[in-house]
Amino acid sequence: MHISEGVLSGPVLVSGAVLAVVGVAIGLKRLDYDNMPRTAILAAAFFVASLVHVPVGLSNVHLILNGLLGILLGWSVFPTIMIALVLQGVFFQFGGITTLGVNTVVMALPAISVYYIVQFLWHKKPSWMLPAAFFGGFFAVFLSSIILYAALMFTQDAFSEVAAVVVITHLPLMVIEGIITAFCIAFLKKVQPSLLIESGLPT
Amino acid sequence: MIQEEFAIGESCIHRLCPQFRIVGATLFSTVIALSDRLPTLITGLVIAILFVCLARLDSRKVFKKLTVIWGFLLLLWLIIPLTMPGQALFKLGPLTFTQPGVMLALGITLKANAILILFSALVATMSLAVLGHSLEKMGISAKLVLLLLLTYRYISVIEQEYQKLRRAAAIRSFRPGTNMHTYKTYAYLIGMLFVRAAERAQRVHQAMRCRGFNGKFYCLQEFSVAPRDWIGSMFMSLGIAVLLFLEWGGLIWK
Repeated sequence: MHISEGVLSGPVLVSGAVLAVVGVAIGLKRLDYDNMPRTAILAAAFFVASLVHVPVGLSNVHLILNGLLGILLGWSVFPTIMIALVLQGVFFQFGGITTLGVNTVVMALPAISVYYIVQFLWHKKPSWMLPAAFFGGFFAVFLSSIILYAALMFTQDAFSEVAAVVVITHLPLMVIEGIITAFCIAFLKKVQPSLLIESGLPT
Repeated sequence: MIQEEFAIGESCIHRLCPQFRIVGATLFSTVIALSDRLPTLITGLVIAILFVCLARLDSRKVFKKLTVIWGFLLLLWLIIPLTMPGQALFKLGPLTFTQPGVMLALGITLKANAILILFSALVATMSLAVLGHSLEKMGISAKLVLLLLLTYRYISVIEQEYQKLRRAAAIRSFRPGTNMHTYKTYAYLIGMLFVRAAERAQRVHQAMRCRGFNGKFYCLQEFSVAPRDWIGSMFMSLGIAVLLFLEWGGLIWK
């Protein structure tokens, strides 16, 4: 989920950048060198997985998977998403120097919220694992589109219709991300529970 | 999937010190992003195109790269001129295009294209390894840069894994559609990607420990600042000054 350059106003860009710097600083502080390869390689997996196009009706959407990434990585999700954005910017020439902060916040803030919500639900009732994972995938994309909506609205009232279109077009994606996150967590629990245990799953 | 098409080339831009280019691109993009007046934006676009010419990039490729943002811009053009209140510019049947709406859409289109073209000319003309090391020299957190370089290193590996899994699915006659089976398959495919990524991460970590990794990638390339870098930065500063003057010069005059 990207916002192009040249759309948002100065105050919105600056607030995004400040929030992103704080998030990335916390993420880096909590990330020690022993976890570096794991985080980097999961970031690479996230980058590749977000290129997957999934059919919806006659069209197709590409996945964001910030909810799943948040569940797996916790606070490292901030630096990870910022890096994925830099790599996308350079490889696909999206650019994105001025919008790097806002775009990082749009995807990483929901991811870290989902991390805490899902952790809470799992510890409260381990049998809620799959519904919680579905909710995580759904809610991350929902929150991302809400932040994007807010960023557009704070810039200019004239963006209200555009912002509404952005949120509405993401509705099907929310459901799909929820389904995929739930199945993916179920799969990981069966195949490689250690991945989930490292992320704080109660055993 | 990953190509750094513009990274290798022979031009004065490619020879310019990467740190200067990163700073220049950041300042240019910021000034253009914050500008609103048409003369500033048009000048910004002209400067950006000038840089692409100086970098001797294939103009068709640059043009093709621009199309990624045109979808969103088209959406803006379809909605804003029709919905923004203001004086009508012209009418097309029942549709009224308002003047402020058209100006806003035009401004955004110019900004977005100018910034992206500048990015192609100044930043996309260096490889990611150079970008990473330059960022570290400029004071960006070493941990973040290390994460960037490690991620960059492993994207192609993980992408190969992904292609392998896709091929395995195709051989089993998997045909994507809008149904639960498809989503389940993709979810398992992505799950498998994470499993393999985690296994590889473990091996990489062990290998790095064996080689006495101490948290730093050493860069053997020397970045020395030559007189041409100062000349280049003077030209960039001049361009930025022109944009600043066009946008806010009127305020000082008053």
